[in-house]
Amino acid sequence: MAADATNAIVVERLTKRFGSLTALDQVSFEVRAGTVFGLLGPNGAGKTTAIRILTTLLRPDGGRASVLGLDVVKDAAAVRYQIGLAGQYATVDEHLTGRENLRLIGRLAQLRRPEIRAQADALLTRFGLADAATRPVRTYSGGMRRRLDVAAALVARPPVLFLDEPTTGLDLLSRNELWAVIRELVADGTTVVLTTQYLEEADRLTDRLAVIDGGKVIADDTAASLKARLGSSVVEIEMADEHASASAAAVLAQRPGLRPERDGNRIRMTSSDSSAVLIDALHTLDFSQLQPTAVQVREPSLDDVFMLLTGHRAEDAEPAAQHRTVSGVAA
Amino acid sequence: MTAAPAALRRPGTHNLLSPARDALAVAGRNLNVIRRSPRLLAFSTIQPLVFLVLFRYVFAGVAAKTLPGIPYVDYLMPGIFVQVTVFGAMNTAIGLASDVQSGLLERFGSLPMSRVAVLAGRTIADLARNVFVVALMVGLGYAVGFRIHNGASPFLAGLALVLAFGLAMSWVYAVVGLAVGDPETAQAAGFPVLAPLVFASGAFIPVSTMPGWLQVFAAHQPVSYTASAMRALVLGGPTSTYVWQSLAWYAGIIVVFAPLGTWLYRRNV
Repeated sequence: MAADATNAIVVERLTKRFGSLTALDQVSFEVRAGTVFGLLGPNGAGKTTAIRILTTLLRPDGGRASVLGLDVVKDAAAVRYQIGLAGQYATVDEHLTGRENLRLIGRLAQLRRPEIRAQADALLTRFGLADAATRPVRTYSGGMRRRLDVAAALVARPPVLFLDEPTTGLDLLSRNELWAVIRELVADGTTVVLTTQYLEEADRLTDRLAVIDGGKVIADDTAASLKARLGSSVVEIEMADEHASASAAAVLAQRPGLRPERDGNRIRMTSSDSSAVLIDALHTLDFSQLQPTAVQVREPSLDDVFMLLTGHRAEDAEPAAQHRTVSGVAA
Repeated sequence: MTAAPAALRRPGTHNLLSPARDALAVAGRNLNVIRRSPRLLAFSTIQPLVFLVLFRYVFAGVAAKTLPGIPYVDYLMPGIFVQVTVFGAMNTAIGLASDVQSGLLERFGSLPMSRVAVLAGRTIADLARNVFVVALMVGLGYAVGFRIHNGASPFLAGLALVLAFGLAMSWVYAVVGLAVGDPETAQAAGFPVLAPLVFASGAFIPVSTMPGWLQVFAAHQPVSYTASAMRALVLGGPTSTYVWQSLAWYAGIIVVFAPLGTWLYRRNV
C-alpha cells in the first residue's frame, strides 16, 4: 500500500496496552506534510504513548503507523534518520555544556564533523544560548534547558519533528519565542507533531488537531472549527451550591439561544456574542431571584472542549502513568 | 512503494564502523561527566584507599601465621586490585540508571545510532576510570610496602587481566542499572552481590582457612580465580591455569550479559 505523498504521518488503529490499562485504543489520524498537528488532551490521555510509538521508542500492540512512508516498527532504524524528538522532560546532560550536548547529538545522528559544528553554533545562536554555550547545563535556568532540548531535536534538521509538551514549564517570553521557532520550521517545510494540554497553544500553532481522551481520539478537526463549535468565549456563572446551580441551569435552558452546561456549582455557556449572553443570563437569573456568587467571561479552555465533546471535564486520567522507568510502564 | 517527500534525510555517514564511533562518542561523554564530578571521583578513590590501609595493617599480624614466607602486603595487593575494579563496576549501574531516570536514554533511543553503543560506551568509560583508579592503587601499594617479585611484564599482564574482569563485571551491572532504573536502587542492589563475591574469595585470605561449605563457593568464583592469577603473576609460580580459568569466566559473563543488556535496552528504549 503506497503512502500518500502529501501525508507525512499515517496512524491506523494504533493500540497499546500496559497491563490492564489501554493507553491507546484504535487511534487513527493523518498528518499532512509541512503542517503542525496537535495532540490535545489531559495527562494520561495517551498523547505521550502515541509520540513514543511514532518515535520508535515503544512498539504498538496493534495497528500500524508510518513516518514519511516508513513503518515505525519494521523500518524503525530508517525512521530515526527522519525524526527529531524533544520529550516531556528536558533530556540534556547536566554535566556537559550546551555546545557539547548539541555536538554529541550531532555525532550520534551520524552528521559529518563540519556540519555538526556549524549546526550546533547556529542553533545556540537561534535559541539565545550563544552566551551560555560553554557553561555546563546544570547552571542553566529551566527555560534555557527546555530551549536547548528543542535545539537538540533540530541538530540533524529532521523533516519530521515531535515535541512532547514543548512549552510546559516555560515562561511567557520563552513560550512565545518557541512558538515563533516552530512557525519558522514549518515555513521551511518541516512537519511538526506536538502535544499540549492548552487549547490556546493548539489554536495558535496547529493546522489540525486530534483531541484524545482515555486513549481514544474523540475529535479530529482544525482548531478553528473546534472553536467555532465552542463559540469564541465562555460565560461562566457560579452559584452558592449545587441546588442553586440546578435551578439556575433549568431557568437558563428555557431561554432561546442559551445552552447552559452544569458542572457542580458552575454553569457555563459558550457563545460568539458573550455580552448578549451575559445580559440575558443575568436578567433571567435576577427575574427568578437567583443570585450568582461569581460571574466571568473567558476564552474557551481544554475543559470546555471536553465538556462539549464528552460532557465531562478534562481530568487527569492516570497521573502515575506519566512516570517512566526503563523496565516498565510509560504513558 | 513509498512515496516519501523529497525532504527525506539521507543516512549520512553510516557504515560498518558506526557502532564503534557511536560507542566512543558515548564513552567520551561519560568520561566528561566523570571528569566534571571531582568530588565523586575523589570519594570513590578514597574508599579503596581506606580498605588497603585497613587490611594492610589490621590483618597483617594474623596473616603472617598462615602465610609463612610472603609479606602479607604482597599477598593482599593482588586482591585489592581485584576489589577496586569489581566495586568500580557498580558505577556502571549507577551511571546507566541515572541516564534512564533523566530521560537521556529516551533521546538516544530516538537517534539513528547503534543500539549497543549506549551500553558499550558506558562500559568503556568505566574501564578507563578503572585504569585511573588501578594506577593510583599501584602507587599507594608501593607506599605501604608492596613489591613485585616477578618482573614488570607479568605484573602489567596481571593488571590487564584485572581490568578485563572489571569490564566483564560492568556488563553485569549494566543489566542491573537498566533493570532498576534509578541510581539509589542501583547502588543498594549492587552491594549485597558484590560484597560476598569479593570477601568470600581468595582475594584477602587463603580460601583454605574458610569452612568447607564456603570453600566450595569461594574456590570456584571469578574473584578467586582472578586474584590467584594476579598473585601468581606478581609473586611467581604456575600461572596459566588460573589465567585461562579467569578468561573463561569473563567470556562467559560477557556472552550472557552483553546480549541481555542490549535486549533490555532495545525492549525498553
